[in-house]
Formats: sequence, structure tokens, C-alpha cells
Amino acid sequence: MYATSYHRAASVEDAVQMRNAHEEGRYLSGGMTLIATMKQRLAAPTDLIDLRHIPTLRGIRIEGRRVTIGAATPHAEVAGHAELRALCPAICQLAGHIGDPHVRHMGTIGGSIANNDPAADYPAGMLGLGATIVTDRRSMSADEFFTGLFETALEEGEMVTAVSFDAPEKAGYAKFSNPASRYAMTGVFVAKTATGIRVAVTGAGSNGVFRQSDMEAALAGNWSPQSIAHINVDASELLSDMHGSAEYRANLVKVMAKRALASAG
Amino acid sequence: MGVEGIGARVARKEDKRFLTGKGRYTDDMTVPGMKFAYFVRSPHAHAKITNIDVSAAKAMPGVIDVLDGNQLLDDGIGNLICGWMIHSKDGSPMKMGAWRPLAVDTVRYVGDAVAIVVADSSAEARDAAEAVVVDYQELPVVTDTAAAMAPGAPQIHPEAPNNLIYDWEIGDGSAVDQAIASAAHVTEIEIHNNRLSPNPMEPRATLGIYDSAEDHYTCYTTSQNPHVARLVMSAFYNVAPENKLRVIAPDVGGGFGSKIYIYPEEIVCLWASKKTNVPVKWVSDRTEAFLTDAHGRDHLSKVKMAFDADNRITALKVDTVANLGAYMSLFSSAVPTYLYATLLSGQYAIPAIHANVRTVYTNTVPVDAYRGAGRPEATYLLERTMETAARELGVSPAELRRKNFIRTFPYQTPVIMNYDAGDYEASLNAAMQAADWAGFEARRAEAEARGKKRGIGMSCYIEACGIAPSQAVGSLGAGVGLWESAEVRVNAVGTIEVLTGSHSHGQGHETTFAQLVAGRLGVPIESINIVHGDTDKVQMGMGTYGSRSGAVGMSAVVKALDKVEAKAKKIAAHLMEADEQDIVIENGEVKVAGTDKALPWFQVALAAYTAHNLPSGMEPGLKETAFYDPANFTFPAGCYIAEVEVDPETGKTEIVQFVAADDFGNIINPLIVEGQVHGGLAQGIGQALLENVQYDSNGQLLTASFMDYAMPRADDLPSFKLSHQNTPCPSNPLGIKGCGEAGAIGSPPALMNAITDAIGHNRLTMPATPMKVWQALQTAH
Repeated sequence: MYATSYHRAASVEDAVQMRNAHEEGRYLSGGMTLIATMKQRLAAPTDLIDLRHIPTLRGIRIEGRRVTIGAATPHAEVAGHAELRALCPAICQLAGHIGDPHVRHMGTIGGSIANNDPAADYPAGMLGLGATIVTDRRSMSADEFFTGLFETALEEGEMVTAVSFDAPEKAGYAKFSNPASRYAMTGVFVAKTATGIRVAVTGAGSNGVFRQSDMEAALAGNWSPQSIAHINVDASELLSDMHGSAEYRANLVKVMAKRALASAG
Repeated sequence: MGVEGIGARVARKEDKRFLTGKGRYTDDMTVPGMKFAYFVRSPHAHAKITNIDVSAAKAMPGVIDVLDGNQLLDDGIGNLICGWMIHSKDGSPMKMGAWRPLAVDTVRYVGDAVAIVVADSSAEARDAAEAVVVDYQELPVVTDTAAAMAPGAPQIHPEAPNNLIYDWEIGDGSAVDQAIASAAHVTEIEIHNNRLSPNPMEPRATLGIYDSAEDHYTCYTTSQNPHVARLVMSAFYNVAPENKLRVIAPDVGGGFGSKIYIYPEEIVCLWASKKTNVPVKWVSDRTEAFLTDAHGRDHLSKVKMAFDADNRITALKVDTVANLGAYMSLFSSAVPTYLYATLLSGQYAIPAIHANVRTVYTNTVPVDAYRGAGRPEATYLLERTMETAARELGVSPAELRRKNFIRTFPYQTPVIMNYDAGDYEASLNAAMQAADWAGFEARRAEAEARGKKRGIGMSCYIEACGIAPSQAVGSLGAGVGLWESAEVRVNAVGTIEVLTGSHSHGQGHETTFAQLVAGRLGVPIESINIVHGDTDKVQMGMGTYGSRSGAVGMSAVVKALDKVEAKAKKIAAHLMEADEQDIVIENGEVKVAGTDKALPWFQVALAAYTAHNLPSGMEPGLKETAFYDPANFTFPAGCYIAEVEVDPETGKTEIVQFVAADDFGNIINPLIVEGQVHGGLAQGIGQALLENVQYDSNGQLLTASFMDYAMPRADDLPSFKLSHQNTPCPSNPLGIKGCGEAGAIGSPPALMNAITDAIGHNRLTMPATPMKVWQALQTAH
């Protein structure tokens, strides 16, 4: 790791001010990817502005079926939130299987989606739920937010402050973990929402998280694992690496979709 | 056998300090004026060094000095060596290419050390290392074992044409060919033994301290054998004469073989300490560990096994190519030869065996012994072949093995080893019973109904441990003897220090060695301290590897204890005016047998040191040294059974049960033995299911972190069912065989036999990752 200065922001305004003051600074929200990258000297921000201690960024708010999760809320809090579990168990289950206990107590939902690792779980959850991503400047849909491998619609210095979504009628998440990293080799989030069926896939796409539209169409007719049994997932746009070929991932997309549907009931 | 003696489940004495963070590892050592090193390493797998410019680096903040290989050469520091001479079948010696501690003109693998930066902090050293400008002229690369000898392959060392290090053979080739020609059945199979990274929890580290006033060097290092390190560094690398070099291996956090060897970093830090006149510490990070710790395995073999009409094995023919990496590491040459091919008889009476082994250079990390070292490769080859043969012959794999077991001992194999004791059927029966082998088909049917493919597989392993009789290994090319030393020092108040040349880096010697003494003398285990790992304290030793510390190291302690007891008895007989022959030592007392006359142990010790009333002519003191040279290897053996369920949709294998039935001879501490077996099984299961070192075609290591190198975790493993059978080893005084490597040796073939049973064919190599199993299932139809 190169030398860096650590700052703990007290408020969003405070954080933005600090970020503006340091051209080569970066927001830190758990650091589960950033710190590891810095240790390998692959990233060298001069200043780290820690968002985890900003009170307005933390916590889960439920109003009717509307769920809002503060960006600095750690995964463990999402996983263990009883009221959220009653409303949308799939997102709690997803959060409860990210990394290991250490990661789940340090890593945050905002940090995860802002990083948009192509094998992270939350991007599938947000895209699958059709969530709204709220920043210090605007709101946008998950479809607009996730733009590619480690790429989002966030502008320079823009900060995710919260995510919000309507609890779906049904939802499920199934992932197949990379045997080494335990990141998703393929993870599929399925949701039956007020605005339609959504199937979001992480870990498999060569351009990051994506929606499997043929499955969405098939499930719109009949919400059951059998509805997607005939679908052959196209491997041409999928990732291929030493752990999983594109063909293997294509198979996993279907198998995990079926299992996500089964778990969603 | 007392509550703390041999056979007792004594909790490990050393665990308190390990579990409370009080261990003292090399990186915990701090001395005044200490500075920090960072190594400049080659980013290329094969390249000429055309220029090294250190001027910018030297000007960086905090930098003491930047040193390169030419300076090392100028100071007469020698090449790293391989200490076991192997001759090719044409009589020529192995082709050892030069391994400079810091590369001078050529780098041969990614991670090859080029220069050392010494600075006030490790961060400054690393910053400056990035400012060292090395000009490379890239050369073509070969990393693949099978491709290394191909026509036109890049040449790695001028000394070794076609990258061939040696072409060695063992056994009677013509007898084998005749047997194959007249066989009723011949099973043929190709075997790939995957390359592994050892990954001990503590990365390597070293602290080199040069004292200019005394012209003396101290080397703290993460070593499994500090005395061997001192010997090699003084005799071959010209770092310092032995009496001017102290090597200390304090607490060491695991080794699995990878810390046997002398690496460039120890040598360079000692030399750099003299050059810079400051103590120099280097600690590997995890990436450097992947890039530079000696790897294990990496064999490709072709096998033919011949059977007569009665399904008895008549011959075994093996042709192996083993990858030794870019340089020959310290014991690398012995692993695919005398630690491998000599075990190819397994547990079976095979009249004729022939093995041809060729070792090759590639642009990869050097390969050397890793937990099991040669014996896992032999066991995997043999047990996969036996399983395949049973399927081809249409007989039960258990019955095929049973029919071919060696049943009378001693048994001379056609490949050097003379097995002294064993009862292979006892372990087979115990394992099959524990696994409910008979009930498997019902379980398979039940799994099928759930959509899972269930399979069962066994492995009957044997290994040669207690390494090793010095004369025998000397005749086979070893550069050292493989005895062990012990010193038993009884203090004046009766407490005891045992100094051993064995080295504990997780094996629990501080407990087991103390159990031996506590049991013999009947004194509390707390009154015994085990001292190891410091060449200034222990005179000489050969260290810990090859499951040798119990069989060889503790046998040396037995010999020293015999001498201590003999002297104590003489003193006690004199004090109690009794006949020496009537004296017994038990329960902390020295007694006259059959009487109520007794002296407490401490009183006899005190008498030895006050020397007021000793037998005429006796020297004062109570301290004895012994060297023990084993008469034979020991031969732990056993039977492992794995039962798995494969998810056909994802290819994921779940181990639903794993049974290990081991014959380790007598057992010192069942608790520690079980821990050793558990750890070994985890490593073997890791090899079979998860672990694999992969390079790309440019020689870049793709699996250079735990993000890509899959280590086994607790949830990858089942609860193990263990049992022990016991045929005591006749060749050492304790009747023990060793247990450190068995789990890693016996488990991979059991698992692969089970998975291939589940998927219904044999076209699967280790590691059986979900993707590979899924792919195998796609091609099955």
C-alpha cells in the first residue's frame, strides 16, 4: 500500500467537501475491494474519505412496502433485519451470503454497488428488484446505474446515499460460488414485482450484471421453474475464465434461475 | 503408560501461546538498528537481463542500499544447490543449472530475485524497489510439463539440453515387458498429478544480523531444519563458516515441506547485513509466497498394469515426467525418484516393476517436496490404476486389492523398499465396516431418487517415513545423513530439558517429546521443556519432514534417556547401597525394586550436581547426548474410503462421508495424531477437489492469490471417521511409524475413485472442480 490519508466524514456535506478538496481522493465505504486493491498497489488514492460513520447513510427504513437502505448499511444489518426479512427475505438471504462474517460487518451496500464488481451479489439484487439508486445529486434506476464491468453511472465525486425499492410479491436469489474466492461464479436474482418480472444475473456477464430477458418473458406467462426449462442461455456474451467457461456459466444461469425460482415459491 | 505418558490424549502444551497470540515468529523478532528488505523480482518468466540501474532507487527516501547479483558474485557467494545426486540411466550425473541467489544475466521464472533494497521501512524499501530499472530482453517461455522436452522448446539452462535434468530408471524393464506381453489383462491409464502451492499460514521470513566486531552472523528464519540451513549456507554458499553462523528457527507457522529448503532470501539478507552493516529483515507477502515458495507434485505418467487370469498383478510399468521448475531446489531431485518410484509396489505383491522418470526444467517456480513428497504421486498413480483395473475386470475394487495384498513380512519389493510390518487387510476391513460399504448400493439408489449421483471409492496407501537410514540414502545419492540427535539435560533440581534436532512447526513436539520423558521417569509433564530450532543450543540435527520426528527424533531421545537413566541408577544404587541391577525408575522415584527404599527423582539429580557422594570415578552432572540413525524406513499404511454425491446440474461434489483407517504403529498422543490426519486429509481433499497452480503461456502465475487458488475451507470438508490399526514398527524402540503425511497421501485417489464412480467414467483429472465434473458429465452421454 502506498501512503494515504484517512478522513472520517461526519456528514454527506462534510464528505463532499473533503472529496472536492482532494483530486486523487476516494470515498471509502467498507473498503472490501478498495483496501485490498490498495494493498496490492493497484490503486493509490492520496486520501480516503470514510462514509461508514455518517449517521444519515446508515440504517433501513420501511414505509408500507417501500424499503430504503442507507448506503453505509453493512451487509450483516441487512441480513439480520427482521422487518425486512418479513417483507423481502430474498435480499436478506443475499446479504447474508456475501463474503464471510468479517466482510458482512465491514462491507456496505453502497460500497458494493458503487464498485459494481461483476461477481458481486448486490448488483443482481438491485437490478432484480428494479431498485432506485439515490445519490447526493439525483436518483436513477438500477437499469441506468449499472453500466459495465466495475462501471456505473456515477460521475466523478458522486456518492451513493441510499437504495430504495418496493418489496416484490415474490423474489429469490441463488448463487454458485467460485470455489476459490467464493464470489458469485453465477448468481441469479428473480423477482415478481408490481411492474413485471425481473431476472438479473451477476458473475456471468462479460459486461457485468445483466437482465435475462428471455427468462423474464417466459416467466411473465407462468411463474415457475418449468417455464424456463426450454431456454438455452446464450454463452457468447458470458465471461470465461479458468474457474468457469462461458458454456459452464450459461448452464449455471439456468440452474441458478431455476433454484432462485424454487426458493422464491 | 501414565496420564501424561505415551498413548495419553495430552492437550498441546504449546497451544496456549499460539492461541493467545504469544507465539514468537521470525517477523516478531526486532533488534536494534534493524532495517527492512524488499526484493526486486522478475516480471518475466524468461528473459536476459541487459542492464540494472539502481541510481534512482538509491536516491529514494530512507534507502540504505540497493544490491544486485554482480555484487553477490564479486563477494564469492555461491549458487544454490540441490543436495541429492541422481544419475541418469546412461550413468551421467543430473544436469544442474546455475541458480544464483540474485539473478545475474538471466531470469527464469516470474519472481526470480534480481536485486535487494534495504531501507528504513518496508514501505520505503518497496517504493525504492519500484524505482530500480531492470532492462530485460524477453525470451520464449515453456511452463508445461508435457511441452518442456518437445523439439524446439525454449532452452532454460545451457547445462541441460532439451530441458532434461535426468532420465532415471528403477526396476527390471525386461521382466516387466515380458509379463505385460503374456498378461491376461493389461490396464493402461494416464495419470496427471496437479501442481500445488504449499501455503503455510506463516509466509517465509528472515532476519540477517551481521556483527562486525565478532565477524559473526545470526540468521532468524522460517525453517523446518535450521541446522541443515547452517550447514548448506556455510559449506556451499560461503556465507560464513559454521562456527560464525547461528541459525534460529523460532516458532514457525507451518511448512509442509516448503520451509525445508534454503531460498535466496536468507542468503541475500545475511550478505546484505554485512554489506550495509545493519540487521536486515525480509518478510514475504502472500503474493511472493505464491510466486516463490517451492511448489509440489506436477507429474505426468503413463501406466501399464498387467494381471494374470486369476487377477493377480504380474507387473507394473510406469513412465513419468516430473516438472522441477526453473531451478533444482534443495531436495527436488529425490522427490520423483527415491521418494516416489520406490513406493510403486504399494500394498501389493507385484513381482516386476519398472519406472522411468524424466525430470524437466520449465519457467516456473522450483518444485520440491510438499507434504508426502513423491509418495502421494505414487499412491495416486497406483490406486487410480487399481480402481480402473477393477472396473475393467468387473471385480470389486476391495476384492482386487485384497487378492493382491502383501501378507508376509518382511517383504522385499522390486523397488528397493523392504517393508517390515503391516496388516493391510485389517485397515481395509475396518474402513469398509466404518463406511458401511455393503450398504452403498441402497444409498446410491436413494441419492438417484433425489437427482444426485452418488459414488464410492477407496485407496489403500503405503508410505515410507522415518526418513531415513543414513548409509542407505548416502548410497542413493543423498548429500547428508538422515539421523537425528537428542540431548537430555537433567537440571540439579530434577527438571529436564530435552534438546532435539527435530523442529516443531505445528506438529506438537513440545507435547509429544515431553510425554515420552514424563512416561519414562514418572515426572510431571510441566517439569520438562523441549528445546529446538537454535543451532547455538542444539548441537546438530536434521530437522522435521518426511514424518521423521517421532520415529527418528524421539528414538534419539530414547537413546539419550537410556544413558541418563543408567547414570541415575548408578548414583541411586550408590546412595542407597543397593545393587544397580535392582534399581527401577517410576512415578518420579528411583527405587530399589521389591523394597520400600526410594529416592525422589530430584534428589538423585541433585546428588549428580553436588557431587558430594558419587560412585568412585563418576563425572558429576546428569546430561547425555545421543545420535540415532534408523535401521530402516517406517511404513505407515491404511485404507481410506470416500463417498460423494455429485450434483449433475452444477458438477459440484459433496463429500458425504470420509473414512480413514490408519496403521501408524504405536501412537504417542491420539489427539495430535487425529489432528495430523485431519489436516492431511484436508490437504489431500484440497488437491483432489480444489487446488491447482496454473500458469498462462507467458509464464505468468494465474493463481497468485487466494482469489484464484482455492484452498479447502471447513465447509468443504465432512466430519472424518478415523480408526487406527496397529502393527508396531519393529525397527525403532518406540514402535512408531509417523502420521504427518498419510492424510495427504491417501485421500486424493479415494476421492477421485469415488467421483469417477459417481459420474460413470474415468475421464477426469484433479482437481475435480465443479466445472470439470460438469464437463465430464456432458461428454459421458
